Amino acid sequence: MSGFFAHVDWAEIVQATLDTLVMLGGSLLLTLLIGLPLGVLLFLTGPGGPWRSRVANGALALLVNLLRSVPFIILLIVMIPVTVLLVGTSLGVAGAIPPLVVGAAPFFARLVETALREVDRNTIEAVQAMGATTRDLVFRALLPEALPGIVAGATVTAIALVSFTAMAGVVGAGGLGDLAIRFGYQRFQTDVMLVTVALLLALVQLLQMAGDALVRRFTRT
Amino acid sequence: MIRLENVHKHYAAGRAALAEVDLEIARGEVFGIIGRSGAGKSTLVRLLNGLERPSGGRVLVDGIDLANLDGAGLRALRRRVGMIFQNFGLLSARTVFDNVALPLRIAGADAATIRARVPELLARVGLADYGTRYPAQLSGGQKQRVGIARALATGPDILLCDEATSALDPETTRSTLALIADLNRELGLTIVLITHEMEVVRQVCDRVAVLHAGRLVERGAVADVFLAPGTAETRALLHEDEAAATPIPFDGAVLRLTLRGEAVAAPVLSRIARETGTDVAILDGRVGQFKDERFSQLTLGLSGGDTKAALAALHGLGAVAA
Repeated sequence: MSGFFAHVDWAEIVQATLDTLVMLGGSLLLTLLIGLPLGVLLFLTGPGGPWRSRVANGALALLVNLLRSVPFIILLIVMIPVTVLLVGTSLGVAGAIPPLVVGAAPFFARLVETALREVDRNTIEAVQAMGATTRDLVFRALLPEALPGIVAGATVTAIALVSFTAMAGVVGAGGLGDLAIRFGYQRFQTDVMLVTVALLLALVQLLQMAGDALVRRFTRT
Repeated sequence: MIRLENVHKHYAAGRAALAEVDLEIARGEVFGIIGRSGAGKSTLVRLLNGLERPSGGRVLVDGIDLANLDGAGLRALRRRVGMIFQNFGLLSARTVFDNVALPLRIAGADAATIRARVPELLARVGLADYGTRYPAQLSGGQKQRVGIARALATGPDILLCDEATSALDPETTRSTLALIADLNRELGLTIVLITHEMEVVRQVCDRVAVLHAGRLVERGAVADVFLAPGTAETRALLHEDEAAATPIPFDGAVLRLTLRGEAVAAPVLSRIARETGTDVAILDGRVGQFKDERFSQLTLGLSGGDTKAALAALHGLGAVAA
């Protein structure tokens, strides 16, 4: 038990990394699936949108703001009964995904809404003036035009989810964050802390690079 | 073709965007609506394809009251009304081909129709080889030509132009307007053109209406409105108020002579000067071309000789005291 990485149990690091990746992948997928339509609805019901409605937009905005105003650590605890109902447990990787999605989806929805607002007003009018249905407008114009912005938003969301997964360690979710807290922090094993932080950094870096590459791929201006 | 009856439009807050607008636009004409920014032009043109709904009054296109149309009816009408925009409104993520194909796809055209029709449209606007480019790779004039090809895709009877040349340089503006005039002639398109530039109206429009603070203050044949503006708002748009504010000092009779059509080519001034011995000074003036008529409008100063006879001769040609 000598050397700098004396406390590091590499098998456990690998397991924690896998847990983090599964939590991230699962929650990101669901966040995109829920947040994207929510963001589109926020835009369509918003001022100037084809389904403009103060009531519907107000209700959606209230829901989104409510979920976004709850600190994630509180959301983790408040969600426990709902999580048990949904996935049968509030522990482990599966137990972490519902609160992760509930925390991240409203955030991503706002980013989607912002990206859609960036679409040129004349472009939207031009497509409406062709006799497009709202469905045509969304799928043939709004989403393709806003794609770079939406991908950038997904990247930001994925990175936010990485830090959320670390926090989920508090309620026994496992993963790199959990490892960092239990060994690195609570047992003063600085080497474990360093390894987990380095891995999280590498993960964030990879996500950002992949996101940036996709944004470039979809940008035509 | 298009009729507005006592149309009002006001938004939730603020003053009326349009008030008491009555307008009739005939089939096949190029109709200009001119006004300063904020006069309500954009709102007015958007009433014609239902992008805006009037707060009061009726909007009729080809006899159909737009207020009576349901969603499907409005979409069907929009396929007969093309529209082009100041900022072109092209999809930046789509190629030129796909931009022009979009209205056809939305209308449910099959792939074979699209493959045949899009190259035809691109050739018509002089962009036959540009199908695979993206809008970002085109100049402003080329982008507007793509916009025009796209607006024509579903074979409309009406083309709405919302400040379509305002983002273009003067040379490109001229060629774009020439294309619009050609389309009017060849396809018999009814064209409604919104602009803040009198030059645009002068070059392509048959008739013009002047919109000021949401109201139509003047209308008529372009030549009449341009050469004899009846309201202060129109004079301001023509920059005539500036000329009036700084009259050229002249010791003698001052008149304004307007010649149109073939009369422009007649050597009237030199003849009158020779016959009456009066000297003629040109103090101000403009000469040019409407859609299908030349004109010259000169402010003349007369002195010496038989001024009375010269005045009579000029009055006989329609000159008025200035």
